[in-house]
Amino acid sequence: MSNESNNGKPLNVVGKPFRKVDARAKCTGQTKFADDIVLPRMLACKILRSHEPHALIKNIDTSKALALPGVFAVVTGKDFPIPYGILPVSQDEHALCVDKVRFVGDPVAAVAAIDEDVAFDAMNLIEVEYDRLQTITSIEEGLLVDEPRIHEYGDGGNVHKKVSLEFGDVDEGFAEADLVREDTFFYEGNTHLPMEQHAAVAHFDSDQKLTLWSSTQTPHYVHRALAKVLEIPASHIRVIATPNGGGFGGKSDPFNHEVVVSKLAMITGRPVKCTLTREEVFYCHRGRHPVLMHVRTGVKKDGAITAMHFRSFLDGGAYGSYGVASTFYTGALQTVTYDVPRYKFQGARVFTNKPPCGPKRGHGTPQPRYALEVHLDKIAEQLNLDPAEMRRQHLVPPNSVTANYLRIGSMGLGACLDKVVEGSDWKKKFSWSNRQSAIGNRQSHKGIGIACSSYICGAGLPIYWNNMPQSGVQLRLDRQGGVCVMCGSTDIGQGSDSILAYIVAEILGIDPFDIRVVTADTDLTPVDLGSYSSRVTLMTGNAAIQAAERARELLTIAVAEKLTVPIENISFAERRAFDVENPEVGVSFAEAVVLAESKFGTIGTVGSYSPPRSPGKYKGAGVGPSPAYSYSAAIAEVDVDAATGIVTVDRVWIAHDIGKSINPVLVMGQVEGSVYMGLGEILMEEMSYRANRNAVHKFPSMLEYKSPTTLEMCDVKTYLIEDPDPNGPFGAKEVGQGPLLPVPPAVANAVYNAV
Amino acid sequence: MRNGTRQKAHISFTLNGESTEVAFAPHKTLLEVLREDLNLTGTKHGCELGECGTCTVLVDGRSILSCLMLGLDAEGRHVETVEGMAEGAQLHPLQETFADTGAAQCGYCSPGFMLAAKELIAKTPKPSRDEIKEALSGNLCRCTGYIKIYEAVELAAAKMRGEELELPRESIYGL
Repeated sequence: MSNESNNGKPLNVVGKPFRKVDARAKCTGQTKFADDIVLPRMLACKILRSHEPHALIKNIDTSKALALPGVFAVVTGKDFPIPYGILPVSQDEHALCVDKVRFVGDPVAAVAAIDEDVAFDAMNLIEVEYDRLQTITSIEEGLLVDEPRIHEYGDGGNVHKKVSLEFGDVDEGFAEADLVREDTFFYEGNTHLPMEQHAAVAHFDSDQKLTLWSSTQTPHYVHRALAKVLEIPASHIRVIATPNGGGFGGKSDPFNHEVVVSKLAMITGRPVKCTLTREEVFYCHRGRHPVLMHVRTGVKKDGAITAMHFRSFLDGGAYGSYGVASTFYTGALQTVTYDVPRYKFQGARVFTNKPPCGPKRGHGTPQPRYALEVHLDKIAEQLNLDPAEMRRQHLVPPNSVTANYLRIGSMGLGACLDKVVEGSDWKKKFSWSNRQSAIGNRQSHKGIGIACSSYICGAGLPIYWNNMPQSGVQLRLDRQGGVCVMCGSTDIGQGSDSILAYIVAEILGIDPFDIRVVTADTDLTPVDLGSYSSRVTLMTGNAAIQAAERARELLTIAVAEKLTVPIENISFAERRAFDVENPEVGVSFAEAVVLAESKFGTIGTVGSYSPPRSPGKYKGAGVGPSPAYSYSAAIAEVDVDAATGIVTVDRVWIAHDIGKSINPVLVMGQVEGSVYMGLGEILMEEMSYRANRNAVHKFPSMLEYKSPTTLEMCDVKTYLIEDPDPNGPFGAKEVGQGPLLPVPPAVANAVYNAV
Repeated sequence: MRNGTRQKAHISFTLNGESTEVAFAPHKTLLEVLREDLNLTGTKHGCELGECGTCTVLVDGRSILSCLMLGLDAEGRHVETVEGMAEGAQLHPLQETFADTGAAQCGYCSPGFMLAAKELIAKTPKPSRDEIKEALSGNLCRCTGYIKIYEAVELAAAKMRGEELELPRESIYGL
């Protein structure tokens, strides 16, 4: 693996396995997560949640709760008349329900009290009278039952959103095909299950300004929602995202508890904290949509696709959340792996009386990727083609535009496929006829399966329409040689704070641990839209490069003048600025800052990043475009016990096209973590509700919501493909979400192969 | 007020090697006493029902779930939390290797994992991969897929045995 930048300069930081800048704090228990924040006079907040799945609120009596000693305030929906929501097109949530509840767990009233015990007692003294409505709990009911409507908006009845897109004439494509195959798939919903429960602390200080600390992935969007709902100027609100104890998309919406503690702090004049119980985290959800999918594909004898028609039906749960984007995403990325010359997509999202679905790692794309990759295996079997070879033959070329106007840059999927095929000894192990051939004892069937995938490196468009950058970085250099990098991005464990430090250190020739990183504070840091859509490394990285290069330029001018050498001779490394032709002639980095500050005044620079414009101009073209696409290929080897049906995944080989690793250890961790989460989805995890009992979540607990432990996790063989993308910082692409995508279909294909 | 009507309980115990006295509402769990009454927020919670292992601490050298133990039961015992792992500025080998291998991503489960691993290494100085999996099977991590955690434990155990062991190249850069 080469470790040089574009201009051939050796890299000193980028590509090296440095520790994360916050690793020491995390390993000593010093990291302050939201619930670790304790302020003097702080009150505890508890939120009463609906036990009805769908009902009108007739009356709420808070008098007994208010009368309880130690209670400072009780609020209900009347205190929050203004709706909010993450997408401008679905502002359908209230911090506390105003006139109706839509799922078991919907927030109805909230208490601020002297401590959590009193708040809990008070919460239980609140009396709510409901008028029950018919409950809608499935995709089928959402499509068929028009009344009662869960929301008064949408595309009719309980359909939230219908989309329909066609690129080229698919009928013509099907007519040209040698084989047209249609399959139906259902992908079950599941949830993020971050180890940290959501928590938020609000403080309305003496100068009448609000500060909110919250375990959120998107402080900028929370900031906007608070300003709207609380009706105070955004300039009087400060949102600080605390380090997230895992996010995976589950902390990307503005949440009711964030709004509620803010309001309670304003009412009581005291800090207020709300930490959700694990059960409440299950109700927050915003996780993977259950999706029913029909896919119809025409292929030539060699597996070349002539046309594809993909239909998806999403069970959205009770609110909009990111659902409109999720719906488009179930149809957006089918075209970026294999060449699909004609493509038609129809999608519909329905409202149901269950916790709202939203973005989970892979946002709307693991479900269709699962369907597509299993469907392709069925086609390969029908054509008697090797499924790895068939995929390899028909890859989308690099630097091309897909049928749905997505611009592909670097494309390392071929290299990914080659690595896993070779590493797993696929050619020896796989054949369509080795099904039923038990290895070892008769009960145990071994199988092997393959799948590929792709994911965006940041969404091309922001969530609300604007012409401003998606990411901003501000850099301050002081005369002692200190460097502070400020950015609105939020570290959710993926290491985004460290990426900023590595990139700035690379450009300024200093050590990443010399740098102070200040992030995710709307008062102190320029806007970055947040940790979602795998956008952070690419977008903040490019913004950081710009800010650091601007600072380096100022230092270069001042140092060149001092050393009386040409500007182009000045280089930065090992905390020095020096003449490349005569490296002993130079100054320390701190001296370079002094020279620059003497010449230009205080040294501060900014950088920002806006993604390139997408070539697509159609309605819905906003979902799918990205500055770059990452690629992954996975092969799973499984063991199926024919008597019990128990599937054990022995090993996964996975190759990921990362473009360029900014830090390989962090990349490996994301790949392994993605494999883990993909295994959980295909083998164990399920958001399951009692259909006949109020659509109550069957098991809102970590014990019974089964997720892989050390005993279920398989062996993982990882390959990193470095095919630098011109749009990525140092060529880097995403890794946080993409490697999850091929795992569920690879396992499913392996199980089919086994039995 | 529920708390106000009750007298506080009072215990003396050894916390991270220091003799400690604390008064707290008697129904509180050790987890709550550590976090709320002693301000040691390094011990985390993920469920408060004994399901996730996040709140693991050592009591007399044995790993226990502090959310399932009453604070009162810590009377006279030796309790160790993540805050007590380092010796001064010198990190414990597990802390070093968790930091270096990327075993701590979000870091929320890390204190629990490190303490469970510390108990394992004390009993089994050279644990096999399977012994590590077994010992850590009560701790959930959603970030890492556990692999970097196994590697961190193996490296730390080697360090504590006085052996030189490095992370294999394929664990850092892939195959």
